[in-house]
Amino acid sequence: MPHVLLIEDDVSVRDGMELVLRRHGYDVSTAATGEAALALLADPAGPAAELAVLDLMLPGMDGFEVCRRLRAGGSTLPVIMLTARGDDSDIVHGLEAGADDYVVKPVTAAVLEARIRAALRRAEPSRSAQGEDHAGLGIDRAGLTVVKRGTAIALPPTELRLLLELSASPGRVFSREQLLESVWDHDFLGDSRLVDAAVGRLRAKIEDLPARPRYIQTVRGFGYRFGPV
Amino acid sequence: MTVLRPTLRALRRLGGLRTRLVVAFVLIALVSGVTATALAYRESRNAVLERKQDAVQTEFRNRVEQAVADFDVPADEVSLSGFARRIAEGLGDDTLVVARYRTLTAASDRSADRTRITPDLLQRVQNHNGMSLQRVEWRGSPYLAVGTPVTLDATDPGTPEAPSGLEVFAVTSLQAELDATTGVADAVRDGILPVVLLAAVLGLLAAGTVLRPVRELGRATRRHAAGDYTSRVRVRGRDELADLARDFNKAASALEASIDELRAQDERAKRFVADVSHELRTPLAAMTMVATVLDEDASSLPPDTAHAARTVSAETARLARLVDDLMEMSRFDSGAARLNLAGTDLAEAVRATLALRNWTDRVETVLPPGITARIDRRRVDVIVANLVGNALRHGAPPVTVTLSAGPAGDTVTVEVTDRGPGLPPEALDHVFDRFYKADAARTRSEGSGLGTAIALENARLHGGTVEAANRPGGGAVFTLRLPRRPAPEETP
Repeated sequence: MPHVLLIEDDVSVRDGMELVLRRHGYDVSTAATGEAALALLADPAGPAAELAVLDLMLPGMDGFEVCRRLRAGGSTLPVIMLTARGDDSDIVHGLEAGADDYVVKPVTAAVLEARIRAALRRAEPSRSAQGEDHAGLGIDRAGLTVVKRGTAIALPPTELRLLLELSASPGRVFSREQLLESVWDHDFLGDSRLVDAAVGRLRAKIEDLPARPRYIQTVRGFGYRFGPV
Repeated sequence: MTVLRPTLRALRRLGGLRTRLVVAFVLIALVSGVTATALAYRESRNAVLERKQDAVQTEFRNRVEQAVADFDVPADEVSLSGFARRIAEGLGDDTLVVARYRTLTAASDRSADRTRITPDLLQRVQNHNGMSLQRVEWRGSPYLAVGTPVTLDATDPGTPEAPSGLEVFAVTSLQAELDATTGVADAVRDGILPVVLLAAVLGLLAAGTVLRPVRELGRATRRHAAGDYTSRVRVRGRDELADLARDFNKAASALEASIDELRAQDERAKRFVADVSHELRTPLAAMTMVATVLDEDASSLPPDTAHAARTVSAETARLARLVDDLMEMSRFDSGAARLNLAGTDLAEAVRATLALRNWTDRVETVLPPGITARIDRRRVDVIVANLVGNALRHGAPPVTVTLSAGPAGDTVTVEVTDRGPGLPPEALDHVFDRFYKADAARTRSEGSGLGTAIALENARLHGGTVEAANRPGGGAVFTLRLPRRPAPEETP
């Protein structure tokens, strides 16, 4: 039973989502505020959430801040942002704060479930089993660990999947659409800003100089490429 | 044309206010100068000549009276000649004196021409007992001729003076006097050029004082026309131009206030739509979730309840779409909509749009490969989906999507045609209006009524257009035209 944490201040929306998700076989815990959610996740005796659906407009600490704090604490919990505004600035803001995906309210149960399934699938262990070294960046596909000069780097599932996908074919150029399909399981209409935001976060963690990336390079007008290092 | 324009502009300037003012000033200076000169010249000439005449007459009379005293009649040629010389002595070198006695004529200067004494003057002297005078032109020079009969003192007092038969004439040059008056005219003529120049300068200065405020007004008006309603003109002095400037400023302030008010109203209206849509989202989010449950369980409910559940579910979905469209529209209105450009193969994009909505079997396509453009894929998907959806709903099959590159290569075109009845003529202009329904009876169509308006806004955001027309063979055609490279707003 995948365990989903709903962070939503509106009682009706929270109840509606909880009802639907429970009917479809998910374990659901809920939090009405960002503070409560962080406390719940930090509690070792609390529910072991495998994914969070995070509303952006929360009383007190807003969704952006919750997400930032989670990531700053090293959490790799997949986060889907739920935004009522759907404005470009909100989406980009949310993605930069570390969200793996976003959905705009109101969302149908089918779409929300599909996004949750895709995010959970990204968190599943990969089948291939190989250790690789790319000029100081060690990627263990079996253990799903990334080591930079002997130091392990904690990557949320989306960023890890993105890195695995790119590094599997060093030198090959992937378009944003291809990456959306293979990493996010999105249909082509998925937003390429998801890719850009995830690449930006990944670079911040693995590159020496994120402004002049070695590992994940931009191919202007086409997309991204791993190496050559 | 562009070469000619500066010339035309210069020509137009020639007929401008400045030129007209200068010309008027110069003309006024010329007319008044010439008139004053002419009058002054005439008056001074008359005055000089009359003084000369009076002087000549007086002197002549005195000389004649003195000479007569020593003169005896009857005279012979020698005494007559002496008489003439004696008179001439006191009258100056340039004066010719002629004396006549009966048939004898003698002159102070033998060689001098005597035709300056005209027959007319001779006649007048004979018939008139007194001094006669005449101005004559001789060899291009003016002369004054005076003549008088000489009367002898009566021997007996009381008897009238008797004509002696002696007549004396004097001819003197007027050249010096005329030269003097011509000098006046010359001085004035030489002075007219500086006067005209001065008038031109004064005209320019006057034009400047009039034109500067006029030009300022012109500039301010142009700025208004360009949409800057804050521009005002400086009010100087208390003349009519200052009044005009004050009135202009008043009108500008009124206009600015009205426009500010209109903008504020428009802003409030747009904000209201955005706020309402936003406030609707939370309850709709809850309803949309719960509607799934109703839908899933409908089959196990009593028929009436099932129907109700399905209706609630369907209407909730419709409401959610409407709110989505309203939010999208308010994003366009507030300028928050941004392009997310990427190089895209359009044939592939159109095919994906159709596939995603399961329209592939219902739509014929002409999608030549290799046509690419930098577009926001999500927004172009919205446009194409709206146009095709419209054709499928309101037109009749076959619906055809045709992709082509513009003739110049800088645009791409997507044409969506159908074989339906086409659009009513009055609808053509309003198809892209918000909530416009071509068919008044179809007020509850599937769409929100915002679809075509959103399609148009999305096209505009790309710098492109969407146009609607009827095909000659029947059916409607919607044409989306997009630039291959919209204004750069690069994705990394």
